[in-house]
Amino acid sequence: MNLLSLSGNLLFVAFIAYLIATFFFGGAVKNSHDKTEAASRHADRWGKLAISITIIGFISHLSYFITRWVYTGHAPVSNMFEFTTAFGMFIVLAFIVMYFMYRATVIGLVALPIAILIIGYAAMFPTDASPLVPSLQSNWLTIHVITAALGQAVLSISALAGLVYLLKVVKLDKPSKDRFFLEAVMFFLVVVIGFVIASTTFSAMGYEAEFTYINKEEQQAQIKYDMPPIFGMNQYQQLTEGTMKPLIETPPLINAKKLTTVTWALLIGSVLYVLIRLIARRRVSAIFQPLVKRANLDLMDEIGYRSVLIGFPIFSLGALVFAMIWAQEAWGRFWGWDPKEVWALITWLFYAAFLHLRLSKGWEGKKSAWLAIVGFAIMIFNLVVINLIIAGLHSYA
Amino acid sequence: MDKKKKRLVMRTVILAVLVIGIAYTIYAAATQDKTKTLQVGDDAPDFVLTDLEGNKHKLSDYKGQGVFLNFWGTWCPPCEKEMPYMNSQYEVYKDQGIEMLAVNIAQSEFEVQTFVDRYGLGFPVVIDTTKSVRNAYSVRQLPATILVSPEGKVTEITTGELTEQRIGEMLESIKPN
Amino acid sequence: MEKETVICTCGHENPFGTKLCEKCGNPLTEEEKNTKVVDMRYDGKAIRSKTYNKSFVDKVWNFFSSVKVGITLIVILLLAASIGTFLPQEMYVNAGSPIADKGAYYESVYGFFGKIYYMLGLTDLYSSWWFQILVGMLGISIIVASIDRGIPLHKSLKNQRVKRHASFMKRQRVIASGEVADGETTLNDIEKQLKAQKFKVRRDGTALLAEKNRISRYGPYINHVGLIIFLVGVSLRVVPGFYVDESMMVKEGEMVEVPGMPGYYFKNEKFILETHDNNGQLSGEQEKQGVNVVAKNFQTNAKLYKQPEGAVSGDTSELELVKEAEIRVNHPLQYDGYSIYQMDYRLGDLSGMTFKLMNKATEESYGELTIDLTNPSKMYDLGNGSSVEILTYLPDYDGFKDGQPVTKSPNPNNPAFIFMMKTPETPEGETSFVEIKNTIEPLGENQNMMKFVAPQTSNASGLTINKNSTLPILSVGGIIFLLGVAIGSYWNHRRIWVQITDNQLLLATHTNKNWHGMKRELDKLSEHVALPAYEDQLALTDSEDEEEGDQ
Repeated sequence: MNLLSLSGNLLFVAFIAYLIATFFFGGAVKNSHDKTEAASRHADRWGKLAISITIIGFISHLSYFITRWVYTGHAPVSNMFEFTTAFGMFIVLAFIVMYFMYRATVIGLVALPIAILIIGYAAMFPTDASPLVPSLQSNWLTIHVITAALGQAVLSISALAGLVYLLKVVKLDKPSKDRFFLEAVMFFLVVVIGFVIASTTFSAMGYEAEFTYINKEEQQAQIKYDMPPIFGMNQYQQLTEGTMKPLIETPPLINAKKLTTVTWALLIGSVLYVLIRLIARRRVSAIFQPLVKRANLDLMDEIGYRSVLIGFPIFSLGALVFAMIWAQEAWGRFWGWDPKEVWALITWLFYAAFLHLRLSKGWEGKKSAWLAIVGFAIMIFNLVVINLIIAGLHSYA
Repeated sequence: MDKKKKRLVMRTVILAVLVIGIAYTIYAAATQDKTKTLQVGDDAPDFVLTDLEGNKHKLSDYKGQGVFLNFWGTWCPPCEKEMPYMNSQYEVYKDQGIEMLAVNIAQSEFEVQTFVDRYGLGFPVVIDTTKSVRNAYSVRQLPATILVSPEGKVTEITTGELTEQRIGEMLESIKPN
Repeated sequence: MEKETVICTCGHENPFGTKLCEKCGNPLTEEEKNTKVVDMRYDGKAIRSKTYNKSFVDKVWNFFSSVKVGITLIVILLLAASIGTFLPQEMYVNAGSPIADKGAYYESVYGFFGKIYYMLGLTDLYSSWWFQILVGMLGISIIVASIDRGIPLHKSLKNQRVKRHASFMKRQRVIASGEVADGETTLNDIEKQLKAQKFKVRRDGTALLAEKNRISRYGPYINHVGLIIFLVGVSLRVVPGFYVDESMMVKEGEMVEVPGMPGYYFKNEKFILETHDNNGQLSGEQEKQGVNVVAKNFQTNAKLYKQPEGAVSGDTSELELVKEAEIRVNHPLQYDGYSIYQMDYRLGDLSGMTFKLMNKATEESYGELTIDLTNPSKMYDLGNGSSVEILTYLPDYDGFKDGQPVTKSPNPNNPAFIFMMKTPETPEGETSFVEIKNTIEPLGENQNMMKFVAPQTSNASGLTINKNSTLPILSVGGIIFLLGVAIGSYWNHRRIWVQITDNQLLLATHTNKNWHGMKRELDKLSEHVALPAYEDQLALTDSEDEEEGDQ
């Protein structure tokens, strides 16, 4: 077994450990409903087990990170798979630290499933180790990306606390905006699962279909789909025999392959969502609501605020200051209004607004929780949309 | 009240400083391209270049004479067209305190020499091999003609083809008294 | 008539707008008297802007002093910045695109949306005047709001009294009250324990004030100072000579004056492109994203020369070599505050051509010659009485115009020649027009021909030149900002007031954030000193569903 496959296995172990730990956190939260001393002792034991398994998972995750680093010779944060996995790892780390600060088991019940989804999402991207292009050959890659990811992970904890807060507080029996948007968040999470299912299924089937098309520079190009093409590229010609013919042809500006992937994720996610609703006969938020019944709102609000306070300076340092130093060293301009940079600035401005609203306008509780979730959405947007769609326009970074 | 007045003055001063600072920054940023390029009225940057015969031509040596500077390339059709006009006007003005210099931008001696021979050019032709004189005169497009007064000031900057009459007028304008 | 002062029951005169008496803390406004917990944001001091609102200057000042305005500006800036990422900005649009006009480019690639986007000026959004004004307004807001809040806060924190009014203490968020056995001993115990918990303790008779990490309250003001220094640094870029950003394309072997660096000359010795030979490691996704995965190194071996002081443009006679460097991505050449960066390259430019002069019928060769396309010679002597003379050289041949062959650029992209070939057999010479893949014999059939043997190629390096004298200012601003954020975020200001009268204890606490930590301090205190249980007057209850805290 070489180092790379060892590293892959370690990541898998971490994934399984997080899965198991989630159930133990569930047990801990469930038992804490009972106020008797025996039950609380029981809950305590479940909680201790859960955090221990989480820590084991984290150590395994960290070992994945280190072994991959040793194998490739550079910090494994240089492509979508590597960065997203590292982001998941830092979320778990931030959760563990927060756990020992506040002993809030209920956060684990949200943090670990989110980490699992993030790792699952990451695994859908090519996991091959590749050498670094010259522009990334710098120690600043390690310093900048790791600090920025850590900052984002700590900021994410505030969204997790916010989610628990909202799940508990929002009344699900009467229609409201809160109820609608909370369910929308749940739907989005289900769509991520839909994406993972779609990718794994089609790659297990070994699906491949090649096309030629005319790109927006009016040049002929080739593209390989790994999912059945719902949308075809501009003036496509099918190369692979016996595969599905695209249903709709798109103009050159649209990357029909990415659109197809998104559509499949939405399609399968929606089916899954409807199935869950039919089987459980209630909203997805309502399924989780009983689990957070005993959550301490004050504590959730405190954790939500505290994690922004802790994460904001780290994010400023990693995503702005270190980024500027590197950009100055590599390109001679510390700021270039590249979409990725702009979205880091937007994230930073957003959390600055969050802190001012909280300090001066007294936005606490529900409002603060919603803001934290919007902040998380901005970071995910930067990770997914900017990296995969907009930044694809640049070839050098 | 004295205290109130002081506060009003403080506020006015702070706001005024900030507003002026920001306005200046935005204005300067918008006009930065202009300030970086050579303008009419500036001192003509001094330079020294070598002609095809190996003679050095230093701009400051021509102080007291009007200098007609023409930036050109063999590959540029309008440059090619105005060269004979320049040549005949040079014959008229060369004894009236006028110097004419054609500055070729970084082409090979062979190409420039062939060109000069073909048109029998009488005025000195120098080659700006390192493009430094082009940078100093912020020339972006060819042909570009720059007039330098006998006092060493830039009096005119023109890009594009010139007629023979125009060249005559230009030379007239920089003739020393 | 405007009120100038508010007189507290304790006799102290407070400026108009003060919420809590500066001296004893007694609530002064009806609003404050009726709330369960007092507003401690600026320790109840009058925020300056809230006090006078008369002249135009005051109105402008108050506008910028408002946090609401500040937040609105942040949000507008955030939304504006995001709009600029919809389509690539002009500076990222490929300069080599066949469509020169940017507006036409956006329309052709992005259709109607692209046209509108360009027309609205969104393709160069970040350097637009309105975007810069927004940033400027945010800067004013930061300064004015900080002055208005920071100065009163500082005064109030500096002049804190130990003894506070009971109604002030009762209106703090976490309080405790009750009877204790021996007032004096308890107070002494509390003092001792709080000192052990690293509080600074002051006593005034039966009253006690314990405080720590006051500096945390200054964090926001420190980071605002850092931000302002940073913004000033950014705007100083417009000062002539402070900022240079130029680019150049230099062929191998060529020496040019560096744009933006007068008096410096740059020679490109060699451009090197190294690739990874391990092709098995390529990641498909990167390939699809257009990343040049095989590239391992882009490098320009360069020499930087400097003219002596006082030398004029073009005088390359006394150049002094000042730096020799291997410029790679992430490793610029640095000299005298300037940096030269490896940015781009062009491979395989035609730089020379080798021909063979030979007899067409017998294919017998008279010798070979190599023409340096950037500096051709007039005459090439092949020995044995054979020679080739170049009559005309057209580096970028573009057909005939008015009977003359013309070139469309000075770059040897499509070289063509008119040769005069002489051999012992044809001493009067033969004329031949040679271009790539085509030969014309304008003056009749020739015996000999110039046969193309091999091309020579060279590379060119694209480099950018940068100098930014504002970097030290930006660094100072950045460091102060980070320090301020860290101080404001990682330290918590904590205060505990205790008063014991007739064995009746009244304890009140205040912290700017992290009440959880504050309570832990109290828990620790209670472990050592017997105290009545404390109460959090603002604890969010389980049934909380109302809009809270919004005014």
